[in-house]
Amino acid sequence: MNVIEGKVYVLGDNIDTDQIIPAQYLNLVPTIPEEYRELGRYALIGLPNADPPFVAEGAYQTEFPIIIGGENFGCGSSREHAPVALGAAGVKAVVAKSFARIFFRNSIATGELYPVESGAPLRTLFKTGETARLDLDANTIEHAGTGASHDLIALGDARHVIDAGGIFAYARKKGMIKS
Amino acid sequence: MGQTITEKIFASHSGRDTITPGANVWVDVDVLMTHDVCGPGTIGVFEREFGTDARVFDTDKVVIIPDHYIFTQDKMCRRNVDILREFVKKQNITYFYDPATDDYKGVCHIALPEEGHTRPGEVLLGTDSHTCTAGAFGEFATGIGNTDAGFVLGTGKLLLKVPPTMRFVLDGELPPYLMAKDVILRIIGEIGVAGATYRAMEFCGSGVDAMTIEDRMTICNMAIEAGGKNGIIAPDDVTRAYVTARTDKPFTEFFSDPDAHYYSEHVIKVAELSPSVARPHSPDNYAPVEDCADTRIDRAYVGSCTGGKLSDFIAAAQILNGRQVVVDTYLVPATAEVKDALETTMVDGKPLTQIFAEAGCLPIAPPSCAACLGGPMDTFGRAMGEEVIISTTNRNFPGRMGSRSASVFLASPYTVAASALRGTIADPREFL
Repeated sequence: MNVIEGKVYVLGDNIDTDQIIPAQYLNLVPTIPEEYRELGRYALIGLPNADPPFVAEGAYQTEFPIIIGGENFGCGSSREHAPVALGAAGVKAVVAKSFARIFFRNSIATGELYPVESGAPLRTLFKTGETARLDLDANTIEHAGTGASHDLIALGDARHVIDAGGIFAYARKKGMIKS
Repeated sequence: MGQTITEKIFASHSGRDTITPGANVWVDVDVLMTHDVCGPGTIGVFEREFGTDARVFDTDKVVIIPDHYIFTQDKMCRRNVDILREFVKKQNITYFYDPATDDYKGVCHIALPEEGHTRPGEVLLGTDSHTCTAGAFGEFATGIGNTDAGFVLGTGKLLLKVPPTMRFVLDGELPPYLMAKDVILRIIGEIGVAGATYRAMEFCGSGVDAMTIEDRMTICNMAIEAGGKNGIIAPDDVTRAYVTARTDKPFTEFFSDPDAHYYSEHVIKVAELSPSVARPHSPDNYAPVEDCADTRIDRAYVGSCTGGKLSDFIAAAQILNGRQVVVDTYLVPATAEVKDALETTMVDGKPLTQIFAEAGCLPIAPPSCAACLGGPMDTFGRAMGEEVIISTTNRNFPGRMGSRSASVFLASPYTVAASALRGTIADPREFL
């Protein structure tokens, strides 16, 4: 996937994994397909004052395939259910100023979403509901309304792992693991 | 050039003599730990990727400790423990602490050392962010996700980046009203919740030397709250005494060289600190108790891998002895061993259980993670509304203990107990 286009959902700093998927939903097992789907319903349900809610009540998918975050996105618990819930809900990328390391690593290992570092803070430049065009080859994010484009930090080797669908799929593709 | 203890452990586990921070290396894993929340997903990845007939890399190195959602009626939580049982049986895994038996332990990060699974010089990975607690035993210990853990189950290795080390020198001994919790809250307050991201936090100095093993566990436990990759304390006689009493397995000790290179150094004069809290809603929202003295609380909570150890309950009992709490006070021993010890351990000749009962605390809960992270609706101590809670736990982000409208202050067991007596955030020095 080179280009991701869609509505953005803008969040602040330190969005921790309890907000992304509260602990009461951790009885869902991500490798069981029906439960994977259920995790998508509850993505970001822990946000205290979400307006609009990230996933509409009763829906399984979000309208917002791109999340714009601040610093330290995905901090707190190591729960892999966090990037999984976002991916299950239809998130394709999180563009944040910086990431917490376990969340970043889990996003790549699962291949659920592209965790893109923005370098500069972007959340003052976008509002929830506006459309953005994320170009993973050019490493830019463009505001569809204004046309303003911002440079992003390249994902490097991690890009190919996520493109393949995660660490195991990548290892098979590269012949590191026999199929 | 000299190496830090963390660098040496990485080097020894990747077949190298020396190593540089930033290098990505394949590391041999000594212990992989999982529990009831992440175990099923980890098993799912393992079986999906390596096949349902695949065998785990080493049946003695996979330690499965159910501890999160054990005492709930939730059918899926109970099913998740069954998934662990089936896997343990199928794979013939040696170390599994089944909740339906006398083998049940409780909170994984306290059960691991109790059962002799934490040893100096080793690499311990766990599907839980507070796996860093084990760094108190002089090993590299960090949290990983299900997919990485599934990979380790199959191969016994993981690709890890060597972290640079931040050095924290704790200078001086803890004054009688201060606990290790106060020290780590101060450090997190100073550097912030991302102050140690991708880095090792190495704790040393006269303050550390004087600390008990449980104090050191409290410190290393919250390294993750600063974003740290791991927390670590070099082994000494205190470590050796604890570890050799729990296991016969040999271990190798590593120590930082005097000329090791550090990313940064912080010196904390421990005697100058006051009892403190992390205010809602962030572990780095540090304040001395004086600044919060009139804050009314609805509930006090003593428990979790951070503050549910025997020494934490002894501290709470020292304050509560002969006095009465004025708010609901929840006590959750981390493990079965801690719970049993509450009956036989004395303060002023009285068993802790008697002190807590006479103080009016709620009946002591069975050991588990309980409300530290909210959990199913029937979890003991779960926040359900707008409760203001002071707790010995590790995180206070919005909704952490259940309800999104609740507020959580993090504090030491001394401060939590003092506050339970006052009904407002209180200074333990008033009672010591």
